[in-house]
Amino acid sequence: MIATPATKLSTEQLAATALTLRQRLVTTSANAKIPHLGSCLSCVELLVQLYWQELRIDPLNPEDPDRDRFLLSKGHGAPILFQVLAERGFYPLERLEDFGKPGSVFHEHPPKPGYIPGIEAATGSLGHGLPMALGMALAANIQKRPTRCYALLSDGECNEGSIWEAAMLAAAQKVNTLTAIIDFNKWQATGRSQEVMALDPLAGKWEAFGWHAEEIDGHDFIAIDQALESARAETTRPSVIVAHTVKGKGVSFMEDDNNWHYRTPNPQELTAALTELEPI
Amino acid sequence: MRDAFAKEMTALAAQRQELTLLSGDIGNRMFDRYKEVAAERFLNCGIAEASMMSLAAGMALSGLRPVIYTIAPFTTTRCLEQIRVGVAYHQAPVVIVGTGSGLSYAELGPTHHSLEDMAILRALPRINVLAPADSAELVAQLREALDSPCPTYIRIGKKGEPPLHPEGAQLGIAKAHLLRDGTDLLLLGVGPIIGEAMQAAEALAPMGISVAVASMGSVKPLDERFLAAMAQRFRHWLSLEEHGITGGLGSALLEWLSDWSVTRVSLRRLGAPDVFLHELGNQAYTRRWLGLDAEGLAHTFQSELAHLG
Repeated sequence: MIATPATKLSTEQLAATALTLRQRLVTTSANAKIPHLGSCLSCVELLVQLYWQELRIDPLNPEDPDRDRFLLSKGHGAPILFQVLAERGFYPLERLEDFGKPGSVFHEHPPKPGYIPGIEAATGSLGHGLPMALGMALAANIQKRPTRCYALLSDGECNEGSIWEAAMLAAAQKVNTLTAIIDFNKWQATGRSQEVMALDPLAGKWEAFGWHAEEIDGHDFIAIDQALESARAETTRPSVIVAHTVKGKGVSFMEDDNNWHYRTPNPQELTAALTELEPI
Repeated sequence: MRDAFAKEMTALAAQRQELTLLSGDIGNRMFDRYKEVAAERFLNCGIAEASMMSLAAGMALSGLRPVIYTIAPFTTTRCLEQIRVGVAYHQAPVVIVGTGSGLSYAELGPTHHSLEDMAILRALPRINVLAPADSAELVAQLREALDSPCPTYIRIGKKGEPPLHPEGAQLGIAKAHLLRDGTDLLLLGVGPIIGEAMQAAEALAPMGISVAVASMGSVKPLDERFLAAMAQRFRHWLSLEEHGITGGLGSALLEWLSDWSVTRVSLRRLGAPDVFLHELGNQAYTRRWLGLDAEGLAHTFQSELAHLG
């Protein structure tokens, strides 16, 4: 039986991990010319809280059938997930030296399971991860396993109809073991997410679909922890955490600048970014 | 066929604890017996095929063997990307059953016709594409699909299709059968429409025209050993499918002949033309209109032989 993470880390410890991950992320993005930097930087705290404090996972036994499942439904966040999995011990950090190289499995989106330990699903085409996580949660119910399932979505991803199909079914089936987390960074590829489609009120929409919904600051570890705890306490509803985040968080000249959806840092920008990401 | 499917699923659910049936809000009362056996392993996913397909992939990745059941166009082209990414790419062993395939629901209009499904799914890597001719073949293929590591698409008819295979025939995936032997032409078919070819061959026999009829069962994979044997015996092949002539069985056979440089064999494809059908009638009417009923096929066989001299 996989245990809940035993070590309760301080917010300072979690923040230090987030800082390390951001440094590696921007370095890799610059070296390997991997985009979606802004989308990766906005969900660092969410991933750190999940992987170090929430998920019942064992990096040494990544296919334990009782494990919790995390699906990066916003598959373009793979560059930060790959850093998280390495730091969490699923594979040596050195494997990421191949990131972006021809023939490597580490590229812009997660491959299907079996190639990179800890990856549960190939995502990248948006709108697939949440219904797949729902299927895994329903399977765990049938198999009477203790598994909880988590899907991290982007706000732009909520344009996809399949998200709302899955939302209605999850509520109808009272899948309380399913938690969706929305990295609400207010941008999608080519515009403000609220302007492209009428997302607001985003949490209200999920509530109307029968979900337990909470809005939090997605960079606040304590708020994330509390929201995940209240999701775990739900007995009849799936939960959604609408996490307000800043695209490009942590690097001043990338924050809330949607050009960093596609751009990668040049050497001067990398130096400037790493200067900002120095430990205080 | 769909009753045979429901009955077999009920029997399998009692034997296989990982079997799960997902319905896209169809099959009213059809699965009552199944639900008596395995209520917790039945899920009406609503009229939401995209989500249903991804959900099935997730279930399969967690060790279940989900079987999806809804009307053929809705479980194929409606949610093609979910099949491509969630099911085929992940090699999630989902069994996708498309009911009322081909022209089974001819009178319901092009929205309910499935004349492209095999062509489209055949293009996806590593997914079985099956079209059983009768209930016995369906049952055998379903059992084999549930033991296969690959995902499978099975297109079935609706109700009352006559049995075509002899009792005791070894049926399954890529197991073709010569249902009727002959000497002049070989017709290779998939699906219940083979029954029309059997009647046509029967009708022509007294006139000294000898048409062999084979059931291929699978469009992907093909029974290549059977085809190799048939290529030795017959120079003139026809393919028959209740499907467009683009991309289905006929195309698969042409590709096989080309890839193996089987130049001695000629093949003519019989199926629906490259148009949407909007002058509607029931399945029998539409088959007749397209020349795919027994009478039309008999005429085609005669003209083909006349053409070949």
